[in-house]
Amino acid sequence: MNDSRKYIIRSLILIVAVVFTSKLFFIQVLDDSYTLAAESNIVQEIIEYPYRGLIFDRNKELLVYNDPSYDLMVVPKEVQNLDTTSFCLAFNLDKSEFEEKMLKAKRYSYIKPSQFIKQIQNEDFAIIQDQLIDFQGFYPKARTVRKYSHDGLANVFGYIGEISSSQLKRDTSNYYRSGDYMGITGIESSYEKQLRGRRGVKFKMVNVRGIEKGAFKDGSLDTLAIPGENITLSIDIELQHYAEKLMKGKIGSVVAIEPSTGEILAFVSSPSYDPNLFAGRNFSENYSTIANDSLQPLFNRPLMAMYPPGSIFKIIQGLIALEEGVLGPKEEIYCDNRLIADHAAPGYYDVQKAVKYSSNNFFVKVFKRVINRDAASDAKSQFRQAPIGLSRWRDMVSDFGLGSPLGIDLPNEGAGTVPGPEMYDQMYKGRGTWKFSNIFSLGIGQGEILMNPIQMANLAAIMANRGYYYIPHLAKGIGSTNYQDPRYKERKGIGISPEHFPVIINGMEEVVNSTAIRAKIPDISICGKTGTAQNPHGEDHSVFMAFAPKDNPQIAISVFVENAGWGGRAAATISGLLIEKHIRGHITRPWWEDFVLKGDFLY
Amino acid sequence: MIGRGSIADRIDWVTVLLYLTLVFWGWFNIYAAVYDEEQAVSIFSLSTNSGKQLIWIGTSFLLILGVMMLDYKFYDSFGYVFYGLVILLLIAVLSTGTIVAGSKSWFQVGGFRLQPSEFTKFATALAIAKFLGTVNIKLDNTKNQLIAGGLIGLPIALIMLQGDLGSAMVFGAFVIVYFREGLSPMLFVAGFGVIVLFIVSLLVDQSIIYIAAGTIGLIVIGLSIKNYKRILLVIGVMVFVVGMVKSVDFIMTDVLKPHQRNRVVSLFNPDADPLGAGWNVTQSKIAIGSGGVFGKGFLNGTQTKFDFVPEQSTDFIFCTLGEEQGWVGSFILIALFSTLLLRISFIAERQKSRFARVYGYGVLAVLFFHFMVNIAMTIGLFPVIGIPLPFFSYGGSSLWSFTVLLFILLNLDAHRMQVLMH
Repeated sequence: MNDSRKYIIRSLILIVAVVFTSKLFFIQVLDDSYTLAAESNIVQEIIEYPYRGLIFDRNKELLVYNDPSYDLMVVPKEVQNLDTTSFCLAFNLDKSEFEEKMLKAKRYSYIKPSQFIKQIQNEDFAIIQDQLIDFQGFYPKARTVRKYSHDGLANVFGYIGEISSSQLKRDTSNYYRSGDYMGITGIESSYEKQLRGRRGVKFKMVNVRGIEKGAFKDGSLDTLAIPGENITLSIDIELQHYAEKLMKGKIGSVVAIEPSTGEILAFVSSPSYDPNLFAGRNFSENYSTIANDSLQPLFNRPLMAMYPPGSIFKIIQGLIALEEGVLGPKEEIYCDNRLIADHAAPGYYDVQKAVKYSSNNFFVKVFKRVINRDAASDAKSQFRQAPIGLSRWRDMVSDFGLGSPLGIDLPNEGAGTVPGPEMYDQMYKGRGTWKFSNIFSLGIGQGEILMNPIQMANLAAIMANRGYYYIPHLAKGIGSTNYQDPRYKERKGIGISPEHFPVIINGMEEVVNSTAIRAKIPDISICGKTGTAQNPHGEDHSVFMAFAPKDNPQIAISVFVENAGWGGRAAATISGLLIEKHIRGHITRPWWEDFVLKGDFLY
Repeated sequence: MIGRGSIADRIDWVTVLLYLTLVFWGWFNIYAAVYDEEQAVSIFSLSTNSGKQLIWIGTSFLLILGVMMLDYKFYDSFGYVFYGLVILLLIAVLSTGTIVAGSKSWFQVGGFRLQPSEFTKFATALAIAKFLGTVNIKLDNTKNQLIAGGLIGLPIALIMLQGDLGSAMVFGAFVIVYFREGLSPMLFVAGFGVIVLFIVSLLVDQSIIYIAAGTIGLIVIGLSIKNYKRILLVIGVMVFVVGMVKSVDFIMTDVLKPHQRNRVVSLFNPDADPLGAGWNVTQSKIAIGSGGVFGKGFLNGTQTKFDFVPEQSTDFIFCTLGEEQGWVGSFILIALFSTLLLRISFIAERQKSRFARVYGYGVLAVLFFHFMVNIAMTIGLFPVIGIPLPFFSYGGSSLWSFTVLLFILLNLDAHRMQVLMH
């Protein structure tokens, strides 16, 4: 009945077959544009790497910039008729290096481009550019390397390097791709997101030799690369340089802060290295040399080195005692050398005099009052009271920014240690087994308490501000809007009333006339405190923290010189020179500079 | 007695030969599609799709034995049972299935994944054959038309609920069977009109369609004064056009998933989503188009191996063939498929029972639709909907289901003479 319909169905099948074969004949045989598209013009997604942001000092002097360089890429499948000898000659390779690199590239992929030679400098590239046409399968990819206009500040800048596979896995934003460069440490790392900008994508018709044949779809799909934002550091490069010069040949650190803002003016970790060593092709060689240096140039001392603060901690003890009301501002206490050895002569001391002469006995006595407060004199109640008093004391000390990282805009900031009852419970096997006499050395900044140099400088800033600080930071402004993280604009109180500061500060002012005479500068009143961190391995470490001028302070500083002996010598001298340099712009006492430069404190 | 003797004497060896050619040619192309020069693993390696496909081919041969050994009457008797079972499976997969590539259409059994929609194809073909095979069923009354439509519509609805629009569309191909069995051609003309209107409404602004339809309608009404029946028809058509345009809008924005919408739009306007669906078609066309007359040679394709073409060994397997074996290879493949389809039509027509003939056209409909849509999408004649090239593409479920589909017909065909005897 419907038998004729089978012919319609069969015709339909034949029609489809004819349509397909003719369409295929058209695109496969007649139209050669597809062949061209496949064989010589491939639409490639080309990543446009944005310029990484530049870094300036506070006076807009350029510190870090970009230099063009080229990666030589290879697609092993496309390598044909290669004259290996002339290739090796052009790129300064020997035959075995070439084979090794080629094998590596092949192992990665036959058809995907991989880096053959990394970071060829612009000048070198210009020479070989013309020869590239003879080397099928190789093409250049433009990149940049970081360049540094000064040889210092390496520990601030950090460096950039290829992203590691573990970092790639941790990247939840899915921004990075294998082979991308990113900030590994330092400012490069903490402001990576701002500095890197945003890469762009271009779709280009490219032939096998990497020669562009124009934009795909007239560039309508392209996205522009957004250059990274520039960063203005709070560093004063001139002061920084001077500080680095003074620290040459010494182990230690210098941190100078502008107290009214928390901006870091100078940041020295000594010894250091030339940041240019970590940029460019020789990174891995240079890195291993520097990483294996016995003096540990990669160790960022201002943030990572932990020391017992020594006598500079007496300032905190004095303030806490005054705030707690266990010590009157003019109260005199008789001190002899019975309790603990002392540089200060026996006699009556009030807190100002005790700071001036750095009396150990005075501050141990005061610390006992803080810890034991309400306790009766019997041993039992002292055992009971010690953990309560210490716990309260720890809270107050922590407000000075100790015991936890301050939050500077650099990675790897150490926390330091402010011991609490738990630590001694563990040490002495339980609560009630220790009392003040077990912990008295905390009173003079020895024992279990540890601070890093940035915390010391911040203490100087707290004193300069009479009771508050801003988190020390290096970025003064980011991008064209001079953006700054709001947490660096937040004033942090320390819980000590302003009226307790004058007596201590007066004492610090007089320090420069006694233990730190080397820091004294005519017409500039410096308030400081020396410290000597005991070093069981050799000569003691020399510490000095100070701010100046006394009224309307412009700089707070801490200088730490390892193995330099008593604090008044090297550290105080360097502090004095740097303070004068910052406030006056030049130094008036070159003999002290000679003393510092000639002094050899390196062990 | 006619037709007695071993099954080997009665099986249609032409079809078997075509089947084997396609299966093994496909296997070589799967190897080429995933071939990596740097690793150069063997075609038998189980780490690649080609090695796994060999397992699927082997198991398919076992299935063939099973299908051929079962009594031919079994398929007739259990036609509805099969259908009922797969409908239950389709419902079950909606609640317990595993989502793969955005579609909830897979059962995960240990390391294996099974796609019930694949087996729905031969089950539906059997059910339709069973229904139309019933004595005196004619497709000219509305009740039978509704049942016929329902047999197709149910799996379509369930598979669309899984989110697998491509597989659902396959069942629409069964209208070919209904056409063969006497469904009015007017319905096909109307259907064709609906498709044209659908495409137009995608391309042209709604108001323009309304104005054009209104103008034409008024002219026709003007010409047919006093012919009230025709005026009513014209008004009916115009109402339908408005409803259709509105519902296309609805389907495009509310029913289709974004990636499916993009594929439909990019078919008519390749620049609409050049990096998504349009990109794939462009790359697919470059791969095929660069094959030339004789192709680049086995394993020498560059485009398919550059990962430009997605799903190289499954839905886009034709790209590898087009690139490496050129127009000649493509021509032979199309010729093989056309021969197979014509052979199936021939086999169907020689059946003595209506059941077997209808089933034969069911097989033809499914294979034809897959073949047509799959090739058409790789050369940019149809939107990219993910359905495999029968016997050729990589995949266990699809190879099994096409094998079973085809060999049930060969079983019925081998016993066609016995039908007369009871």
